[in-house]
Amino acid sequence: MNASLLVLEYAVVSIALAVLLLDLWLPSAAKSKLGYVAAFALTGVLCASFLLNPETAQFAFNHSYVLDSLSLFFKRLFLVAAIITLLISVDFSDRLITGVSEFYALILFALTGMMLAASANDFAMLFVSLELITVTFYVLTSFQRNRIRSLEAGVKYLILGALSSAFMVYGIALIFGAAGTTRFDAITLASVQLATKPLFLLGLLLTVAGLAFKIASFPFQIWAPDVYQGAPTPAVAFLAVGSKAAGFVLLLRVLFGTVPNITAQWTSLLILISIITILYGNLCAIPQRNLKRLLGYSSIGNAGYLMLGITASNSSGASAILYFLGGYLFSVLAAFAVISIVSRQSDDEDISILAGLHHRSPLLALALTLAFVSLAGIPPLAGFFGKFLLLKSIVHKVGQPGFPILIGVALFGIVVSFYYYLGVVRAIYWSKNPPNLSPISVPTPTRLVLYTCIAGIVYLGIFPNSPLATATQAVLPFKF
Amino acid sequence: MSLLLTSIIGLPIAGALTVALIPRSYRSVIRSVALLVTMASMVLSIYLFAQFQPGIPGYQFVHELAWIPSLGINYQVGVDGINVGIILMGALVAFAATCLSREITEREKEYYFLLLMMIGGILGAFASLNLFFFFAFHEFALIPTFIMIGVWGRGENKNYAAFNMTIYLTVGAMLALIGIVALSIQAGANSFDLRVITAALKAKPLGDAVQAWIFPLLLFGFGILVSLWPFHTWAPLGYGAAPTAASMLHAGVLKKFGLYGLIRIAIPLMPMAAQSWMQLLAILCLGNILFCGFVAMRQRNLNLLIGNSSVAHMGFVFLGIASLTMVGVTGAVVIMIAHGLLAALSFGISGHIFNQTKTLDMDKMGGFLKPMPFIGSALLMALMAGCGLPGFANFVGEAMTLFAAWEVFPIITSLAIWGGLVMGAVYMLRAIRSILHGPVSTLGEKLMDATTWWKKLPFALLILGLLVFGIWPRLLTDKIKPSAEEVVAMATMGQPTIKPVPPPIKARIKAKRPAGTKRPPARP
Repeated sequence: MNASLLVLEYAVVSIALAVLLLDLWLPSAAKSKLGYVAAFALTGVLCASFLLNPETAQFAFNHSYVLDSLSLFFKRLFLVAAIITLLISVDFSDRLITGVSEFYALILFALTGMMLAASANDFAMLFVSLELITVTFYVLTSFQRNRIRSLEAGVKYLILGALSSAFMVYGIALIFGAAGTTRFDAITLASVQLATKPLFLLGLLLTVAGLAFKIASFPFQIWAPDVYQGAPTPAVAFLAVGSKAAGFVLLLRVLFGTVPNITAQWTSLLILISIITILYGNLCAIPQRNLKRLLGYSSIGNAGYLMLGITASNSSGASAILYFLGGYLFSVLAAFAVISIVSRQSDDEDISILAGLHHRSPLLALALTLAFVSLAGIPPLAGFFGKFLLLKSIVHKVGQPGFPILIGVALFGIVVSFYYYLGVVRAIYWSKNPPNLSPISVPTPTRLVLYTCIAGIVYLGIFPNSPLATATQAVLPFKF
Repeated sequence: MSLLLTSIIGLPIAGALTVALIPRSYRSVIRSVALLVTMASMVLSIYLFAQFQPGIPGYQFVHELAWIPSLGINYQVGVDGINVGIILMGALVAFAATCLSREITEREKEYYFLLLMMIGGILGAFASLNLFFFFAFHEFALIPTFIMIGVWGRGENKNYAAFNMTIYLTVGAMLALIGIVALSIQAGANSFDLRVITAALKAKPLGDAVQAWIFPLLLFGFGILVSLWPFHTWAPLGYGAAPTAASMLHAGVLKKFGLYGLIRIAIPLMPMAAQSWMQLLAILCLGNILFCGFVAMRQRNLNLLIGNSSVAHMGFVFLGIASLTMVGVTGAVVIMIAHGLLAALSFGISGHIFNQTKTLDMDKMGGFLKPMPFIGSALLMALMAGCGLPGFANFVGEAMTLFAAWEVFPIITSLAIWGGLVMGAVYMLRAIRSILHGPVSTLGEKLMDATTWWKKLPFALLILGLLVFGIWPRLLTDKIKPSAEEVVAMATMGQPTIKPVPPPIKARIKAKRPAGTKRPPARP
């Protein structure tokens, strides 16, 4: 029992409570600035996380919580995402009619859930942390109560989220029934016998299906476009990065940390999920005109690419997932930050609002271009190297059945994605007759966010050596 | 360790970053920086070419920097006989293209930034000895091309052309990427270093089954990038819509990437598959030569004519490669270099004309030689070089590939000679007649020639290159031959199907070249 391992989570919860308390005494005009305070405090937490450096995995709460290099990698990823989201939210706060401080606090609570998920070592912990994320996002997605679209997004997220949670908790119950424990390491020890129990396999399948909701992959991908389109932009930004990364860290822990022998038998199922997800996301993205909806479908497509790393079931695949998520974080947050500013005047996110953006604000145009070009996977940006690593990890397996088709589908998806990602670039630089050419002023914190994202996108593309070493180090404990 | 190659690649990229920092109102400073770095790059590549020692095995001027040692992905550049000439050609075209970018009058800062990035990517792709960088540099040049066509391109169709070209090329690049990754994994060397992979495959060649699926990936991946028939439709369309410099660089240099990949990677490393696929490649190259030749004959737009004829010329390169002989591969490399200069020259001239007439419809042209004696003569030379007139470098390469292919594919070669040389002559001479000769059309009355020396310089440099290599081809072939021999030796696994003996072949070129020389060189 070593409760002090959770120091980062304690810090984040304290910040969240402090934000709620400060809200009571601050004049309403100053409340929106609380986001800066919270972001600043989180930056402190992020720096403090580098003081923790576990050589070996450390456990707390009867082995239900683990602190290792994988969980620290993801905790830092979530912290960066939350800091950037908070900075975007401040600029967005005038579009939230009430409860700005609650918005910040909910982001912090969701962050706590993500950080706990990164450390989950027990199915109960997995479920509780995911529920903490999902329940806070039910509120965050429907936060703009005056907008019908936001409410619609919230309701859709609630219904599908509740459904997938039901699947997952049922699966966990079956797992507990079959194994007599919910602890990952205990299940690993018994996994050879458990692999023959249909009850356990069914439970595992239902749990994985529930995780598919978090990463927006088949069979629970339907919600993503609607929620992305309707929910407040900062909430979507955090959802896109945080929820997906949390889902993947748990998938890695369950599939490779807990039951690697069963995962090895499920390769064809995983390939099928990956193929359907890539095709669904990329093909549906083609006709989209709404930027956030486009990113919703692109998020499904990217979940499919990330699944490539899972199907590879080798350490290069797992480290590729981590690397790709790092690049995805900066690209997606930059895209949402720009969309949040540009959509301020027009109150909609049609692709045509980008017309003439390079005249109105070269910085926004540059950030959005780099974000989409990186998502498309062009060197020397982060997205290219991430996709390269993912593809490389499955080319290893090309001799096995199913993989040639998977590679073909992945290539097809990448080519299709060029069309819609570059369509955004076109809208920025050469739309006909831009309706509005007034300059857009970018507030300094958002400017900082954009510089950070640009630096991240370029750094991960040009200097991949040490981040890749970190990612490889983080997935070392997994058995493949 | 030599920084020479890195400077040739790095100068344009450093120039691009410098341009990004200059305020956009300093237009002449931006342009000067671009001219300066491309000129420096060109001078260095001439020095590189002069310093290159033919006959030394392996690569010269190698420069390496560790990047991701654990995956065997490192920055490694170097030259041998095959790419030293291509880099020289690329740097020459890059400088000429920058000179001719005066036509751009809006958003110059972005334009020169993208142009220099593209140049850096192109030169890097040809210099890389690491397959990862080889691929990444090529992809790196793709987005600048896309934005340049979209923003500064011409015509109603530019949007469609930009997407068509980018997506087509991405398909090719992705196929090639999978082939490259598979090759490096199957070689078992855990490295993307071409030299390490080559050594590993020499020691333990890939199994036939493995070669049988990797080779087509590379063949068609690279083939799409070079507009191998029937995957060529992007090329004329894209070049027609692109701004002058982009089409010069793309048609001239970047398109050769696929051919270079075939010669450098696909054929020597997978000899079994190469030998079984060469027959098909030879048949497809007829598609380039005959089909695209016919298409070119029907064109009334100068850019589409040049674009289609450039696709047709690629057929000769494929033919030379397909012959898998030393003479054929050497000839293929010579055409790559000659055609690079030629395509850049042709697109440069058509850009000069388009900027004044705003149309490239040949029906509306006529008598342009009178108002534009310099540009007109340059166009005349370009079109003549295009139909294989001796004296220009294209003739040397085409003759070599045809002689080499004759012994392997006699029927295909005779069809190629008829198609290529006769049809080439038809459309080129018709273009000369309708653009340059006859009464001066209304369009031609106000045309301005390139009057000052610096306006003539880019055209003069490209023509000079064509003539020097045409009159003194040993300058190229002596350098290419040892490397081509090595490629062919690997591709045929040490048992060349035909023993090539260089001096007699040269004699035969002189004696037996009826098709090209019989045609009277039309003079105005």
